[in-house]
Amino acid sequence: MKIAVCIKRVPDMDVRFKIGATGTSVDEAGLKFDISDFDGYAVEAALQIKEKANAGEVVVISLGADNVQETLRKAMSMGADRAVQLKHDAPVFDSFAIATALAAEISTGGYDLVMFGRMSIDTANQATGTMVAELLGLPIITAISKLDFDGGKVKARRELEGSYELIECPLPAIVTIDEGIARPRYPSLKGIMAAKKKPLETKPAQIGEQSYTLDKMELPAERAAGRIVGEGKDAVPELVRLLKEEAKVL
Amino acid sequence: MSNIFAFAETRGGELRRAALEAVTAARQTADQIGGEVRVLIAGAPGIAVHAAKLAAHGADMVLVVEHEAFTHYNPEALAATLAAGLANNYRAAFFSASAQGKDLAPRVAAKLKVALASDVTEFAFSGDAVVAKHPGYTGKIVQTLTLKATPAIISLRPGAVLPKESPKAGTVQNIPSAGDPSASRVVVTDTVVGGGAKLDLGEAPVIISGGRGLKEAANFALVEDLAAAFGNAAVGATRAVTDEGWRPHSDQIGQTGRLVSPDLYVACGISGAIQHLAGMRTSKTIVAINKDKEAPIFKIADYGIVGDVLEILPVLTAAVKAAKQGA
Ligand SMILES: Cc1cc2nc3c(=O)[nH]c(=O)nc-3n(C[C@H](O)[C@H](O)[C@H](O)COP(=O)(O)OP(=O)(O)OC[C@H]3O[C@@H](n4cnc5c(N)ncnc54)[C@H](O)[C@@H]3O)c2cc1C
Ligand SMILES: Nc1ncnc2c1ncn2[C@@H]1O[C@H](COP(=O)(O)O)[C@@H](O)[C@H]1O
Repeated sequence: MKIAVCIKRVPDMDVRFKIGATGTSVDEAGLKFDISDFDGYAVEAALQIKEKANAGEVVVISLGADNVQETLRKAMSMGADRAVQLKHDAPVFDSFAIATALAAEISTGGYDLVMFGRMSIDTANQATGTMVAELLGLPIITAISKLDFDGGKVKARRELEGSYELIECPLPAIVTIDEGIARPRYPSLKGIMAAKKKPLETKPAQIGEQSYTLDKMELPAERAAGRIVGEGKDAVPELVRLLKEEAKVL
Repeated sequence: MSNIFAFAETRGGELRRAALEAVTAARQTADQIGGEVRVLIAGAPGIAVHAAKLAAHGADMVLVVEHEAFTHYNPEALAATLAAGLANNYRAAFFSASAQGKDLAPRVAAKLKVALASDVTEFAFSGDAVVAKHPGYTGKIVQTLTLKATPAIISLRPGAVLPKESPKAGTVQNIPSAGDPSASRVVVTDTVVGGGAKLDLGEAPVIISGGRGLKEAANFALVEDLAAAFGNAAVGATRAVTDEGWRPHSDQIGQTGRLVSPDLYVACGISGAIQHLAGMRTSKTIVAINKDKEAPIFKIADYGIVGDVLEILPVLTAAVKAAKQGA
């Protein structure tokens, strides 16, 4: 099976962010970057499909400035065969604009399966994969936590609130990956060495028109400092009183 | 004058709270900027029974699509039907940012080639634009977007708008599906309801959530008991808990789980890792019970009790029961 995985470079979230001078970006000074969480799961899932079949190819695609090459190398050090950078220097937030460029690239690849993360962990639109599918007229199953193949069909499971759905569609298809499918492997030293020699192709991104503008980024209002009601079970009556009289949730 | 649209989400033939939230948002918008509220509901024959409830929440017109092939969620046929309808003079279309809404809204936006604001916590209409707030970066950054194309597609974070009654005519109009809904390539073959008829996380006004501090799966009975005492509560969990297999993955709240905004969130034996906070920090009131008074969860909790959750929960359950009976 020929598989493409679209991966995004995102900052590590375990920090206190600062907003950049323009007010519409994150101050990147001192931040660490890696493959977006769900995209890492997608890369791992793709590698497992290839390893199980002992055949096929895994191509990783990332849209962004030259620093995404590092992200693409990381995916190749995990085991992806080759990479494509769709070069675009300015940040883009709009999923539809990104999807337009990704769709143009994917349409020329002859892929059986294209994988995305359920959502990017930074802009969190949860839309890009679906929009690519609509642009290419391919069937898509989103946010899947299990994936199987059976007679030219994808069979998947999607978690819902309190329940789940079993879903299928014919190949070629697009899927977006939720947690639960696979935890990404750590690149081995051998993998890191091999990745240096794997092909990484850079092409200009054919970004679509932006459908909205990002006006502002801001840190959320801090919650007012809470209070410790007390220690142990003796604090329960006071808590219940507060829930009733102050918070009015009882 | 342009109209305002809302999608009425159902599952297993039942109307979901997500539907009422979307209709309420559409009603509030129409009351502010004018236009009629039109709501679409799709399902197996008989789904039209929910029209009255949609009317009660402010639908001027309820468009009903009935077909056996809508028994389960049918994303391709629904998206095609919605895109065809929305091409006619709508200012905005509201969906819920539920599992279903997050699948459907981007399909519709892409078909119409218009802007989508996902997982919106606040929105305002001004002039020819819609300004929407959308949390990103695991809830650590709020992004403000301006959408100009019409219709603006908005998926609302569950809980961002509370269902409110505002009775309107709710004239029912049956419409056909765009294309043959039995011919969809993407087919949901089964919808499996996990764990009985309990309230689910997207809908419950109260969430009682348990972490590793509960020590073992069996102790989740204490969490279930407290949820039962509230009567309107669902049970959530941290990834530590779902990783252990004490609770199903669908109960997980956080960056890689569900994003929730209940009126009350009770965190039991949860440390408050940022990935967990990402999923629940917008809850209206937060209570934390943790034996470690330095646990980060206390920084965002409105009320905290320091102590052993196994000892405190039964006492709290009894007190909540008594308070409910007294009320
Ligand atoms: C990429 C990534 C994604 C993630 N996504 C998520 C996510 O979506 N959701 C999520 O929840 N986590 C997520 N995590 C994991 C997260 O980082 C934490 O590990 C997890 O939330 C911790 O769960 P916990 O609070 O139950 O456990 P712990 O951090 O182990 O905390 C247990 C707490 O219980 C307290 N405690 C112990 N015994 C008692 C007692 N008897 N009485 C009272 N208190 C007691 C302890 O003081 C402690 O504070 C993610 C991690 C990564 C790396
Ligand atoms: N710049 C990008 N390059 C490659 N893939 C991307 C990019 N942005 C988003 N994606 C893919 O689209 C998914 C969903 O992103 P989003 O719609 O922003 O939540 C991500 O998980 C990636 O798989």
